[in-house]
Amino acid sequence: MKKAKYILSKQMPYLADNIVPIIFIAFTLLGFVLTTNVPFNFFLSELSSRFYRNAFIVLSLVIPVIAGLGLNFGIVIGAMSGQLAIIIVRYLSIEYLHLSGFWELVFCLVLSLPIAAFIGFLTGKLYNKTRGQEMIASLIVGFFANGVYQFILLFATGIIIPVRSSHPMIKPDGVGVRMTVDMGELHYSLQNILKVPFLWAVLLVSVLLLALVISRHLMGKKGHNKDNRVIFFTKVGLSAVLIIYSVFAIVTKSKITSVKDVPAATIIIIGLLCLFTELIMKTKLGQDFRSVGQSQHIAESNGINVDKTRIIAVIMSTVLAAWGQIIYLQDMGTLNVYGAHTQIGMFSVAALLVGGASVHKATVSQALIGTILFNSMFIMSPEIGKAAFGNALLGEYFRTFMVYGIIGMALGIYVWNANRKARITLDPVEVHTQDN
Amino acid sequence: MSKNNDIQSNNDIQSNTIKKGLEIPIVKSIGLPTLIIAAFFILVMTTAAILKQSLPILISDILRRFGMNGVLVLAMVPAIKSGTGPNFALPLGIICGLLAWTIGIEMGFIGITLILLTVVMATVFAAVTGYFYGKLLNAVKGAEMTIATYTGFSTVALMSLVWLMAPFKSKQMGWMMGEGLRETIKLDGVEAGQIINNFLSFEIFEVKIPTGLLLTFFAFCFLVWIFFRTKTGIAIIAGGSNPEFAAASGIDIDKNRLIANILSTVLGAIGIILYSQSYGFFQLYSGPLMMAFPAVAGVLIGGATASKANISHVIIGTFLFQGLLTASMPVANQLFEGTDLSEIMRVVLQNGIILYALTQVKGGGK
Repeated sequence: MKKAKYILSKQMPYLADNIVPIIFIAFTLLGFVLTTNVPFNFFLSELSSRFYRNAFIVLSLVIPVIAGLGLNFGIVIGAMSGQLAIIIVRYLSIEYLHLSGFWELVFCLVLSLPIAAFIGFLTGKLYNKTRGQEMIASLIVGFFANGVYQFILLFATGIIIPVRSSHPMIKPDGVGVRMTVDMGELHYSLQNILKVPFLWAVLLVSVLLLALVISRHLMGKKGHNKDNRVIFFTKVGLSAVLIIYSVFAIVTKSKITSVKDVPAATIIIIGLLCLFTELIMKTKLGQDFRSVGQSQHIAESNGINVDKTRIIAVIMSTVLAAWGQIIYLQDMGTLNVYGAHTQIGMFSVAALLVGGASVHKATVSQALIGTILFNSMFIMSPEIGKAAFGNALLGEYFRTFMVYGIIGMALGIYVWNANRKARITLDPVEVHTQDN
Repeated sequence: MSKNNDIQSNNDIQSNTIKKGLEIPIVKSIGLPTLIIAAFFILVMTTAAILKQSLPILISDILRRFGMNGVLVLAMVPAIKSGTGPNFALPLGIICGLLAWTIGIEMGFIGITLILLTVVMATVFAAVTGYFYGKLLNAVKGAEMTIATYTGFSTVALMSLVWLMAPFKSKQMGWMMGEGLRETIKLDGVEAGQIINNFLSFEIFEVKIPTGLLLTFFAFCFLVWIFFRTKTGIAIIAGGSNPEFAAASGIDIDKNRLIANILSTVLGAIGIILYSQSYGFFQLYSGPLMMAFPAVAGVLIGGATASKANISHVIIGTFLFQGLLTASMPVANQLFEGTDLSEIMRVVLQNGIILYALTQVKGGGK
């Protein structure tokens, strides 16, 4: 009986965690069934370019989750730091420096590092003061920072910080930065470094994946259970299918060849971040993240500086988010100064959750899968609205609902499970006496 | 002698634990945020007077804004007292009120009948919604504020679908062409704009007093005050301030939290009706999305914390916060033309005070 309960409590969250990805796959497939006017190559073009744009910033959420800070809605602050860096660099570049796109990009990335690190440090301090309420604090601090950001750009620029009023980025009356800033040379500066045809990229990536999966399997511990083996063969099978399909498509020159080229530099940077996130978990710092995430109390008694570890996690997340936003904007081409960052926190968190992550558990692959699934939903939603109800707006409202709903549901399920587990393992009376 | 030493060391401990500057008794009893905002408010009002802004118009506006936001802020009190923290899911109640408005208008009512009917309907909707919301909060103890926020957000998003698909026919609310309700619905068309404001209203020194609005607000304050002096109300407070002790003395905490959140949701629903009749229109779709935050900030500015709130906090907080926002708009516009400084200030103040309150929340622990 006890065992049955144990298995049940172990299996239930597993199902609950994976229900979201399943819903999303079903939803996207439903879209293809319902709509006839979405060609597959268009879908792939759209999806892939959204993936290059968003994957980096979604990945920036992984470290805080591992360190026990939950879903860091505060990456909005990172995004704002990135935008601040872009604005400064663009201003200086037009005014004095006249840099090329590539060097502007490098300058942006370098400049955003100290800005984001400093603000990340402050945010981390705040999270340490609002322990146990980090998620709501991260949401509110994003709103708060938005106010400060508006103050700097709308008011301080021109009144406190001297700027040339005839500068194309400054409002005609000389106070404040304009609503939209053209990215100029920055546009596609990362994208254009190297481009690879889509199918060749798929082929390359799937070969790499296959190699990675097999090498991991061989290097991994002995005595795999059945579950692991099933997952291993599924992974091998999937990569093999991808390899065969891409070779087949290249040879037969199918319609898929018309999918947009892959920006290799972006992919490499995303890959490097994945590698970085994986590798850092193997270092002392990564182990600290993990143990602080599991129990701050035990971590502290093991001599880990909990507060410092948490701040480092937040700084990393904020800096990565700033870079992610720069990568996102260099692809978009124009910077919507006062709006580009407002939704990014919600969308990224929703994407991570869709990949199967939860408040206390997130991996690199969940972030990547989540980005793909979430954006598929985003592309298909208006189409489904149009096909099923004759109203594209309906689909747009529906996808907003999905974003909020997923976050709410994931949080709810997590807390509910945690509370239930606490009730199963510990008698409340015992807790009471322990407290005293 | 030793007694004196004891007192001294006690004081030392206290002043060490509390930040410097809080030692002054008046600061301690009123609360630092309240004092800062009050000082700021006086500063802005003085600037307005120096700049020769029309003070009567300004004060009339402040009174109106104070009355129309009051009940929404009041909705925070039962939730905070019951221990669930500020009601970040206020949009739930607001949506009940909006739904009641749309149904009332659709049925063809106008004027005061419409408002009374809307209040009755909104109360019923909000009681049902509040019940389920309270159940939800009881399942997610410890993370109520985060969950509440997203419950509010997702309900607003879901209701957007309803507004778009609802089979309403009234010309007051629909588009000229196509389906769905408009984003902003005017109440002048159904003769319901400012009805409560204008009830018994009079002018004194050119200041327009919205008597009906203020009376309604104070009546609700009084009702809530009375409620927390009944047996149920006291039990709710006990459960909120010391759950272990309350449970030991046989109080059903879950039930009390449920009652408090029903009350909070109902107040939210009635609050939006007062709010929109004063404005003369109401907003559907994403209109209610962010409305919880100013209300939360309002009660916190009055001196409430995430676990303690009184009617006095509501009245002081709403007056200071709304007063400051109302007064700063013309002042900022005159001083720095073309900038949106008062809106920026609202965002910073509102979220700053919520963050400050969150840092004071105990119980997270390591």
